[in-house]
Amino acid sequence: MRAVLLSLLLFLSWSAFAIDTDKAFDDPELQARYEEITEEVRCLKCQNQSIKDSNAFLASDLRREIRRMLEEGKSNDEIYDFLVARYGEFALYRPRMSGKTLVLWIAPILLLLLGGGVLVNIIRRRMNMPLEEDLQESNNP
Amino acid sequence: MKKSLLPFAIFVILIPVFIIGLTKDPRQLPSPFIDEPAPEFSLPSLTEPEKTVSSSDYAGQYALINVWATWCVGCRQEHNFLMQLSRSQDVPIYGINWRDNRDEALRWLQALGDPYVASGFDADGRVGIDWGVYGAPETFLVSADGVVLHKHLGPLDATAWERDFVPKIGGGS
Repeated sequence: MRAVLLSLLLFLSWSAFAIDTDKAFDDPELQARYEEITEEVRCLKCQNQSIKDSNAFLASDLRREIRRMLEEGKSNDEIYDFLVARYGEFALYRPRMSGKTLVLWIAPILLLLLGGGVLVNIIRRRMNMPLEEDLQESNNP
Repeated sequence: MKKSLLPFAIFVILIPVFIIGLTKDPRQLPSPFIDEPAPEFSLPSLTEPEKTVSSSDYAGQYALINVWATWCVGCRQEHNFLMQLSRSQDVPIYGINWRDNRDEALRWLQALGDPYVASGFDADGRVGIDWGVYGAPETFLVSADGVVLHKHLGPLDATAWERDFVPKIGGGS
């Protein structure tokens, strides 16, 4: 029984499910940037996955382009510019601040301020209200 | 009591926003190329590998750039319509055969007909990336001065053609 289980475990080789099977960069710094960028870029064929997680061929094509640009010594911003010029801000999981994406960045802050304002208002009003115990006390002298 | 209506009022305002949101397909992404110069390309021809197909081939006239592949179901759906279009000879259709197998692509054109003036063979998808292609079929309308006027996602049909393409070809520069 143990032998059977052990031999079954041999089939559970998770590394075999790796998606990005390309060779790692020799330079660990480049590899780190490569991983950072591929995690930031949305796979447009399979939305809600990054191109790091996706095995769609578009994702592997984009990984190849990013790899090429890193090897050419392009900066992260230049690589993001390349992608945004072709696929729009939607390609980035964290779109950059610009006229078009301003509302995305500002809206959460505005909503937070609005909600905070409402909360403060409610708390203030409640503070001015007599407490239930006070009411009971005044009713039962 | 008037104040408690405020959340309800906000809710009522939000309903149409959500309804409009539901009718939109999140896969239909706006192309950053609309009203911008079309990307250039130069590819080996699918049918005659020793020749090149490039964006300069259609300079100075309206053209359709259709991204297709034999693995793409939508491409099969729109193929008959593309054949019709090519027979009407309103606008030349150029193909970008994206991430495909040459033999299969040639067989496809032989079996179904070839609506393209020429098709470029984009084996590694490099030109596809330059055009911001993320799912075939995609069809771009490029004006005579090389500006992308419209991008259609998914199979092209007569309805979309009449609605989105014809007015732009008629009224343009």
